[in-house]
Amino acid sequence: MTNHWVDIKNADLILIMGGNAAEAHPCGFKWVTEAKAKRGAKLVVVDPRFTRSAAVADFYAPIRPGSDIAFLGGVINYLLSHDKIHHDYVKHYTNAPYLVREDFDFKDGLFSGYDAEKRTYNRDSWDYALGADGYVQVDETLQHPRCVYQLMKKHFERYTPDMVSRVCGTPKDDFLKICELIASTSTPDRVMTILYALGWTQHSKGSQIIRAMAMIQLLLGNMGRPGGGVNALRGHANVQGITDMNLVTDVMPGYLRLPADKEQEFKAFLEARALKPLRPNQMSYWQNFPKFWVSLAKAFYGNAATKENDFAYQWFPKIDKPYDVLHMFERMHNGQMNGLIVQGFNPLAAVSCVQKVQESLAKLKYLVVIDPLATETSEFWRDYGEYHEVDPAKIQTEVFRLPAACFAEDTGSFTNSGRWLQWHWKAVEPPGEAKSDTAIIAGIFTRLRELYRKEGGTFADPILNLSWAYAKADDPSPEELAREFSGKALADVVDPKDPTKVLAKAGEQLAGFAQLRDDGSTSCGNWLYCGAWPQAGNLMARRDNSDPSGLGFYLNWGFAWPANRRILYNRANADPAGKPWDPKRKTIAWDGTKWSGFDVPDMRPDAAPEENVGPFIMNPEGVGRLFALKGLAEGPFPEHYEPFETPLAANPFHPNNPQVVSNPAARIFKYDRERLGKADKFPYVGTTYRLTEHQHYWTKSVRLNSIVQPSQFVEIDEELAKEKGIRHGDTVKVVSNRGYIRAVAVVTKRLRPLMVDGRKIHTVGVPIHWGFVGVAQKGFLANRLTPFVGDANAQTPEFKAFLVNIEKA
Amino acid sequence: MNITRRQFFRICAAGVGSGSIAALGFAPGSALAEVREFKLTRATETRNTCPYCSVSCGVLIYTLGDKAKNAHEAVIHIEGDPDHPVNRGTLCPKGAGLLDFVRSENRLLYPEYRAPGSREWKRISWDEAFSRIARLMKDDRDKNFIEKNADGQTVNRWLTTGFLASSAASNETGWLSVKFARSLGIVALDTQARI
Repeated sequence: MTNHWVDIKNADLILIMGGNAAEAHPCGFKWVTEAKAKRGAKLVVVDPRFTRSAAVADFYAPIRPGSDIAFLGGVINYLLSHDKIHHDYVKHYTNAPYLVREDFDFKDGLFSGYDAEKRTYNRDSWDYALGADGYVQVDETLQHPRCVYQLMKKHFERYTPDMVSRVCGTPKDDFLKICELIASTSTPDRVMTILYALGWTQHSKGSQIIRAMAMIQLLLGNMGRPGGGVNALRGHANVQGITDMNLVTDVMPGYLRLPADKEQEFKAFLEARALKPLRPNQMSYWQNFPKFWVSLAKAFYGNAATKENDFAYQWFPKIDKPYDVLHMFERMHNGQMNGLIVQGFNPLAAVSCVQKVQESLAKLKYLVVIDPLATETSEFWRDYGEYHEVDPAKIQTEVFRLPAACFAEDTGSFTNSGRWLQWHWKAVEPPGEAKSDTAIIAGIFTRLRELYRKEGGTFADPILNLSWAYAKADDPSPEELAREFSGKALADVVDPKDPTKVLAKAGEQLAGFAQLRDDGSTSCGNWLYCGAWPQAGNLMARRDNSDPSGLGFYLNWGFAWPANRRILYNRANADPAGKPWDPKRKTIAWDGTKWSGFDVPDMRPDAAPEENVGPFIMNPEGVGRLFALKGLAEGPFPEHYEPFETPLAANPFHPNNPQVVSNPAARIFKYDRERLGKADKFPYVGTTYRLTEHQHYWTKSVRLNSIVQPSQFVEIDEELAKEKGIRHGDTVKVVSNRGYIRAVAVVTKRLRPLMVDGRKIHTVGVPIHWGFVGVAQKGFLANRLTPFVGDANAQTPEFKAFLVNIEKA
Repeated sequence: MNITRRQFFRICAAGVGSGSIAALGFAPGSALAEVREFKLTRATETRNTCPYCSVSCGVLIYTLGDKAKNAHEAVIHIEGDPDHPVNRGTLCPKGAGLLDFVRSENRLLYPEYRAPGSREWKRISWDEAFSRIARLMKDDRDKNFIEKNADGQTVNRWLTTGFLASSAASNETGWLSVKFARSLGIVALDTQARI
């Protein structure tokens, strides 16, 4: 979230789309209720189902799963054609006035630079036109045909209300009503917040859906404002923290991209990531990349990382392609992987296409599962009859199952969806012989290191030199680990403007990432978390719930990254002169000599408004990007593509180009392409989701939750039920081209067939929470149905739109 | 006198007989009728965070046991933390059932091993688990680690063992896991955040 949970109460309009906050985040949803009750805010919900969020909305509209870009593109078109945008904000804080290169083009659903064979784009033409001074060319009147504003207008011209209705199945009047409500927040005194979740990310073009929403918020001037922002409602207690620690294939903590194979030189590696300002005076904060990386290297390798060896640059692995979870299982499936460590994760249940994951696990030599609970993944080799038919004799994988402590038995921090780091305390010892996750990792590592010390082996340097100065080598304490990622000075850190002033003495914890240096004098595991544990102590443990502004900032409760800022890009809450657009809901303002206010300024404190330092400080231009440059795989503007399993014969926007039925830049492996189903055999759209009472595949091990929601069911609309002779309560079989599940049918008014491209489309709803390991009724893993294809950028599987058939069982 | 439930517990925990407090009129009006309230009187209250979704509701965990060396603590009650600015003491059905997660029959208690082709688990010691896993990992890494790619470029990566990290583990666990995985050269690394 660019904003945070309590801030939702400051909104005038709340859009819930691609998510179901009332059911998936009930306690956070109270802030929507508060906004409605106290501010008279309106709630709009767009969802394939009439969910509990819809039930308390002021306006609800249905949508076909997989057509969100058509809808949002239609909103963008509406805003531009009716000129309902926040003009000053767009002109000064976005790249609307910037000129784009002459060779950038879009035709027949493809942008310039497409390589059909490789399914990738050469993105060179997706760039600004630079002037002779090296800066971007700009047209402040927004009239130049090559400026972003005009190109954007042209791109979304095709997203008419009629087209939206045709592609999404949303009644045209409903769509227009929603556009009107959204457009009402284009004035400086009205703000909309958009709350979304996996309904938007779990698509083969999910990243572009998010982009479309971000563009809308920029056009309306809702970024950096209380009650505004782009707000992902995330799904696990520490998914945000683990994301920030970047336990992902090609990135290091703090979103620092690992080098590619060809980046053999350290200096060039740093330069490529230290983005220089593209306009005068911009902060372009990534230009500090070298400070972040070198401090990380020192946290890893301590004294073994020196200037002479480029701070152990060659000890970090390089990347030739992403080895994300889908690619990992593909390689496993091809016999290219030997081992897998699975920590607190249940991929057999949670990843798509259970069949492929099962076959892949069975090819491993060894599997290590670390979890507080018994899971399907740890028992993948066991026969569970119809729920999971396998022959254990044929599975040669050695499996280790290690008992881990749960939250109540562990001390440490979680980062919530609103970027708040909150410390929690251990209440009780873990049961039996269970150990904390850190003790388990440390146990394996210290044994490995010992083996390398005794025997030698391949490239042992990084292992032998990894800094591991914990009081107990096989049981590092959370306090030691937190201090390590927050960071400390290794030598005196001085003020660059006045070297006699010492900001941090050698050995002291650092106050924040502004104190990080690229000369090896600082150590910090994650620059974004720098300052969470300064010299004063553990800020994450603070529990002061005072809120002097009444806007819900809670600056002294826990620690928010970055630098305890509660609303990102908050300089944008003020006009170019530094005066808040809405004085009743302000974060910071220019007081004549500095930026100050209720929040920590997301801006150089002494940046006078005349300097025109843009609020989007991570971008080299300092402004928000309506044109995304080369950032995304399938284009700088979002475009509607069908899901890989679509009920339609073609992409209605490009009926004559078979290359663009679905995302032309998304990766799909041969095995999975061969297993895509077609609408003739699988005429209905399947979509998966969660229920209020359950957390994924976890709470079927929790008796209370299994009691209140015991039995596996699917939801279908009344018309489909009648057509198939299915009555409410009948057992049904739902089938895709990859597998089937059996469940009870709930016939409901919550779903209804939609008219899409002249055809009647039915959606079958599939809640996900059952499996064959639990304390309650067994069920079928929902992901037996889903396709193994992911978003072109994030590789998030397309769980939300696929094809199924259904019959009475 | 209008005092909150939590203030009442603190008064009671100070050792004064709860009966006399009620008799003196210093109890919330409901106390006299609610015998069950008293179960938390001698409990230890610990602040924690719900492990389920990303609202990260504050929870209060109540344990029995006086922290003496041989007294075995047990969690007896979990409720929302009224001090928390986001959830203000409320919990959803998932959080409300947390006690049954902590005490689930499916909790793993000791390390186990499943041999190739076997139909069952075998209990093993931590020592054996750590030794065997380290051995398997080292053998795989020594054999398959890629120091240079086909073009002779230094890449230093290990592709044949992967690591899937938990999204419900703490930042401290995450940080240690990153150090562990990357020092070994693992690039087949991912988390639930992706899916």
